[in-house]
Amino acid sequence: MSIDKDTVKHISKLARISLDDKKIDSLTKDLSLIFKFIEQLNELNTDKVEPLSSILNEPFRSRKDEINDGKIREKILENSPQKSEEFFVVPKVIE
Amino acid sequence: MSDITQKSLTEIVRLIKKKEIKSLEITESFVKNINNGKKLNSFITNCTEDALNKAKKFDKSPNLETLLPGIPIAVKDLFCTQNVKTTAGSKMLENFVPNYESTITSNLWNEGAFLLGKLNCDEYAMGSSNETSYFGNVINPIAENTVPGGSSGGSASALAANLTPTTIGTDTGGSIRQPASFTGTVGLKPTYGLCSRWGIVAFASSLDQAGPMTKTVEDCSLMLEAMASFDIKDSTSINKKKEKYSKNLTDNIKGLRIGIPKEYRIDGMSKEVDELWKNGKKLLKDSGAEIVDISLPNTKYALPAYYIVAPAEASSNLARYDGVKYGFRSTKDNNLTEMYEHTRAEGFGDEVKRRILIGTYVLSSGYYDAYYLKAQKVRQLIKNDFDQSFKKVDAILTPSTPTSAFKIGEKKDDPISMYLNDIFTVPVNLAGIPAISLPAGTDSNNYPLGLQLIGRPLDEQKLLNIAYAIEKKVNFTQSLNKWWEK
Repeated sequence: MSIDKDTVKHISKLARISLDDKKIDSLTKDLSLIFKFIEQLNELNTDKVEPLSSILNEPFRSRKDEINDGKIREKILENSPQKSEEFFVVPKVIE
Repeated sequence: MSDITQKSLTEIVRLIKKKEIKSLEITESFVKNINNGKKLNSFITNCTEDALNKAKKFDKSPNLETLLPGIPIAVKDLFCTQNVKTTAGSKMLENFVPNYESTITSNLWNEGAFLLGKLNCDEYAMGSSNETSYFGNVINPIAENTVPGGSSGGSASALAANLTPTTIGTDTGGSIRQPASFTGTVGLKPTYGLCSRWGIVAFASSLDQAGPMTKTVEDCSLMLEAMASFDIKDSTSINKKKEKYSKNLTDNIKGLRIGIPKEYRIDGMSKEVDELWKNGKKLLKDSGAEIVDISLPNTKYALPAYYIVAPAEASSNLARYDGVKYGFRSTKDNNLTEMYEHTRAEGFGDEVKRRILIGTYVLSSGYYDAYYLKAQKVRQLIKNDFDQSFKKVDAILTPSTPTSAFKIGEKKDDPISMYLNDIFTVPVNLAGIPAISLPAGTDSNNYPLGLQLIGRPLDEQKLLNIAYAIEKKVNFTQSLNKWWEK
């Protein structure tokens, strides 16, 4: 199936990536080719196949949910592009 | 002493253990090559000063009982290194300084090694030519106009040009094996779960696996021994006893059965690659192995399935880059949503955007069953193919790549032809099994070509042994004219 411009606009909105018209055009072309390639899979009948979600035979392990902050708040904040005291700063979301 | 940087890791370790050379001499030699090797663009961050200090410190009270005593190592810039910038080849992480160390690099440092620098790679490990890095193309030391492969292109280039004695990469669809093949080096993708993923910048979590890139198979066994460990911090880490791959390495492969899958003989495969493969078969026969024709019928569907699974997981993993807690942030931020959209538009390169959009689409409402679920079913079929084959054979021999290293820019504008590079490597990641690429010949340009051996889960020792047997018979050497020093 070929991907149209509106689809690219829609998924770029979902993915939170702003695109200009030129980018939308080139991505529409690229994605159409890629999906044509991907859709070779439709040749295969997989009705009776179980999907493989993990190649490991054992179930995922989980750890105890304990607070372990490492006491490195200052260092963590150093990587933030915008901060104030001990907070991350984002554009205003409520008036 | 002759140029130490041309020696294998194993040989350097032997010399240091016999106290015939000091860590500082070794480190100085590699630092000199790094300073002369800037044209390759294989380094993003240089840690040479720190490395020289660590070497001096090591020499003061050397502990020679470790696997990598006093060895400087540059690593792919996808491994988080404490207090050293980790960029993943992206503008998004240009100034990111981790507060923690990845398990894999910790393991290396615990074995006596120290950091020499961070190596260039395709952005977020998405690419097969190292042309998607925000920090520029890496050049293959074999010729000035060729790509080193990708995504671990900086690792392969630095290793082949003797800028580091050994290195590590990550392999999601061939990112260790393809660049190894393009540069005449050895690269191993271990069984999924053998090497911890903790502290590695995530691409596609069900496929990502770290592994060694080395000059020889013996070096590869030593590095894997140092890297592999059970890690409680990686929920998919396999809990098993550590193996002594280097001590148990042998070229005696008599009686092993090696499968040749007919589906890997693809249309348009060059005569040179075909000859290489035939020669590999012959060498294995000469070593006493038995050659068996096998079939992996769903091979052709591996790449299309991969281009659903990998982008889907990537779109989810890369959702974390929102310009708030770390990383790049756009100044166009009139409101929160716009801030996200511009941060991600300006912070990610074209290939990363392409894959995030593919992933977002295949996971979006109404399309999940048609794409993602379908791909998971195909993944099961591909795994079944391997399971069936491994009832008959101990390992599988294929070429590593359909061609040798290509020219910079040659495939950049055609995503499909770029993706086809990984046609022989991708099935292994989907099945979670181990595979190694080793140099086994050259083409008419004298560019290296690699052979790939694929094994059963956790059967790395056997793969290393078979590779060792081939390596001894091939006796591959490459003499580079060091154009980058001119």
